Amino acid sequence: MRLIAGLTTTERQTGLFLAGLVTLMGAALGIAGRNDLLGYHGLLIVVFGAVIMIALLRNLDAPEPEESRLSEYYDDPIRFGIVLTMVWAVFAMFIGVWVSALLAWPELTFDAAWASFGRLRPVHTTGVIFGFGGNALIATSLHVVQRTSRARLPDQVSPWFVLLGYNLFCLLAVTGYFLGITQSKEYAEPEWYADIWLVIIWVTYFVLYIRTLARRKEPHIYVANWYFMAFILVVAVLHIINNLAVPVSFGSAKAYSAFSGVQDAMTQWWYGHNAVAFFLTAGFLGMMYYYLPKRAERPIYSYRLSIISFWGITFLYLWAGSHHLHYTALPHWVQTLGMTFSIVLLVPSWASAGNALLTLNGAWHKVRDDATLRFMMVAAVFYGLTTFEGSFLAIRAVNSLSHYTDWTVGHVHAGALGWVAMITFGALYTLTPSLWKRERMYSNSLVEVHFWCAVIGTFIYVFAMWNSGIIQGLMWRTYNDSGTLTYSFIESLVAMHPYYIARTVGGLFFLTGAVVGTYNILMTIRHEPRPLRERAETLGADQPLVPGE
Amino acid sequence: MPEIHRKLERTAIGFALAIIAVSSIGGLVEIAPLFTIDETVEKVEDMRVYTPLELAGRNIYMREGCYACHSQMIRTLRDEVERYGPYSLAVESQYDHPMLWGSKRTGPDLARVGGKYSDEWHVAHLADPRAVVPESKMPAYAWLQRNALRTHDLSAHLVALRRVGVPYSDEMVENAARDAFGQAFPDGAMAEGVAERYGDDTNIRAFDGDPGRLTEMDALVAYLQILGQLTDAPHQKEAGEQLVQAEEAE
Ligand code: HEC
Ligand code: HEM
Repeated sequence: MRLIAGLTTTERQTGLFLAGLVTLMGAALGIAGRNDLLGYHGLLIVVFGAVIMIALLRNLDAPEPEESRLSEYYDDPIRFGIVLTMVWAVFAMFIGVWVSALLAWPELTFDAAWASFGRLRPVHTTGVIFGFGGNALIATSLHVVQRTSRARLPDQVSPWFVLLGYNLFCLLAVTGYFLGITQSKEYAEPEWYADIWLVIIWVTYFVLYIRTLARRKEPHIYVANWYFMAFILVVAVLHIINNLAVPVSFGSAKAYSAFSGVQDAMTQWWYGHNAVAFFLTAGFLGMMYYYLPKRAERPIYSYRLSIISFWGITFLYLWAGSHHLHYTALPHWVQTLGMTFSIVLLVPSWASAGNALLTLNGAWHKVRDDATLRFMMVAAVFYGLTTFEGSFLAIRAVNSLSHYTDWTVGHVHAGALGWVAMITFGALYTLTPSLWKRERMYSNSLVEVHFWCAVIGTFIYVFAMWNSGIIQGLMWRTYNDSGTLTYSFIESLVAMHPYYIARTVGGLFFLTGAVVGTYNILMTIRHEPRPLRERAETLGADQPLVPGE
Repeated sequence: MPEIHRKLERTAIGFALAIIAVSSIGGLVEIAPLFTIDETVEKVEDMRVYTPLELAGRNIYMREGCYACHSQMIRTLRDEVERYGPYSLAVESQYDHPMLWGSKRTGPDLARVGGKYSDEWHVAHLADPRAVVPESKMPAYAWLQRNALRTHDLSAHLVALRRVGVPYSDEMVENAARDAFGQAFPDGAMAEGVAERYGDDTNIRAFDGDPGRLTEMDALVAYLQILGQLTDAPHQKEAGEQLVQAEEAE
């Protein structure tokens, strides 16, 4: 295996030791939890660890890598991460389409517990956010930090530990829901042992990031890294606090949350909203701040705007979570604070979106011709639209209509499909040829096909959910002349049916695009390298794009 | 400002600390007081804890992801109060670790569903929703009737809950598994203890219609039937008063 051949013998031994440790840990959990669902997860961890151990053992005495590697960037884990990103994308979006179809045709569960809506839905959300989004963030952040610091990653083991360990977490999460293991907190469903494991991974990730930054040959830390740092740090804090829980026993998968009722609700949505803010926003802004100027070959429009929007987002978002709890048993003053800060949040959000779009000024001909850059342009537009809609939905009066309806789901996917997924595809299409030293993607027409599938899919999805959400909200609150409610709940449910079908069609478009993209990326990897025009990527060849330097 | 910021950009650790400091303010101001301000959760006398059977049912509710389609939080809005009943109070989820307020209503709110239907209705509905409500989009949960309920570690569950603040007594902990059986076998010897420990109003019935076997269906239906019934507090205010308050809040 080429990937292992890139490691020194000591590094292979360290890897073997770590994989052995993971295997033992899995065995301990498996034995303690043999009478519980936990046993399956013990087994899964053992298999995961063992596969890595076997791969390492079989290549333990491959020749040492060449010394010259130290003068280049370390990109193997990033390449692997890109492939994982696409695998998760296809898997999780397929589940998304299935979940969507279940709402139109509820019998598609075949009387199997694992395939029922309530278990599949978190498989979808975790799969897209953590599987697809998380792998994309880890891969691109490790690429960006090396290029903008002009420094190689400090060692070759910890990036692999982070990437593989993180995917073990995702596997535990997703298989857990199929099995019926969940703590039911939205976007924080994995149970205590998976949560502890993620803390270990995350701390390693942060240390790796800081160590790379410490080796930088640039005096200043580039904007993209600010966002990646905020992403790593704040997600760590959110994750640890929201997941505080007391396990039933060491041999049980189940734990009880430390918080209850109203305090739990506030903690959960402080977490939930900022998972959106720092996972799905800050991290991807980091991506945007590097790959968009890179692809457009223009410096970021304004350094000042970058500063304002960065600190605005970092400060304001953490106040906004309570807008998920309007008119509930949460004290009124917290609801009001949440609403106010959510509205102010529009300022730094639009500063970022504007900064991105103004960066494209003078490069519009490229946007027209290059689907990759167009992906990123559309992403910036959707980022602007979604944050506007978000501030709007946070207004109490609007929220009284939209909350609990499909409008929220439409809003989520305007951000998820339009922003998160599009910026990721744009970044991956920029990154893939350069990492595999190809002149361009295998097929530019397929990038074009993917782009249009993604745009059409997003529009169908979002319009369907706007319609259904608003109709639903209105039906629930319509009174007739005699002062009683006009519609039964079932009548509102029946009215949703056509929109659920439309959403499934939109999802199929989007999924098709992702499949095409995966094929294109794999073919780019497999194709014989057409040597890149003298742009060898040795340390320092790649200038960061900070204006005014 | 850019000059100061340029300095900050020269230190990775400094930048990281600044991020932590700036980002923690919001949470500290909004969350910490909820644990200390007394009015956050109403004080009521009659609030009771879940019986072991109801708790097991609640865990099945979480496992199956019912919360993905059902909320348990009636907002202070007139139409919600008229559709579902008195709006939810904080105290009602005081012992819910974690809360199941939910965020999406593909199906109706369930905060007050306890006592709304018979046990037979729930069993038939869960086994095949479309046999009861033809337009329904709810999944069928026929396996609940087939699966025997796990009870052997229920004591450990109560202990864990006690650690996070739910007032289970030693006696409740010791008898957890017995009480789970007792609550679903009204004529058996174990039934008496349940009423003694959890109150005379506790539902003691063969919830799934089959007193011979303790199933997951027993547990889930026992849980659904207690929703909104743990305390009388939400019903103390006159319906009219509720509506006025709801409108004021709007
Ligand atoms: C796919 C979304 C979905 C899931 C998941 C779901 N339900 Fe439902 N549920 C509905 C819909 C839609 C209705 C309204 C139609 C009906 O009565 O079947 C409903 C109705 C109900 C009702 C009747 C409420 C009333 O006031 O009439 C109960 C009780 C209920 N569900 C319990 C559950 C439980 C318990 C679970 C988990 C085991 C569950 N539901 C999972 C969608 C769902
Ligand atoms: C093929 C594309 C996709 C399809 C068909 C799809 C479909 C769905 C469906 C049907 C739901 C459940 C909605 C409900 O309960 O009514 C859902 C929820 C969700 N999806 Fe997707 N999805 C897709 C892509 C994505 C992507 C790429 C992301 C994120 C990066 C994402 C994030 C989410 C989130 C966060 C939720 C929960 C929403 C909420 O609770 O309000 N989805 N999706």
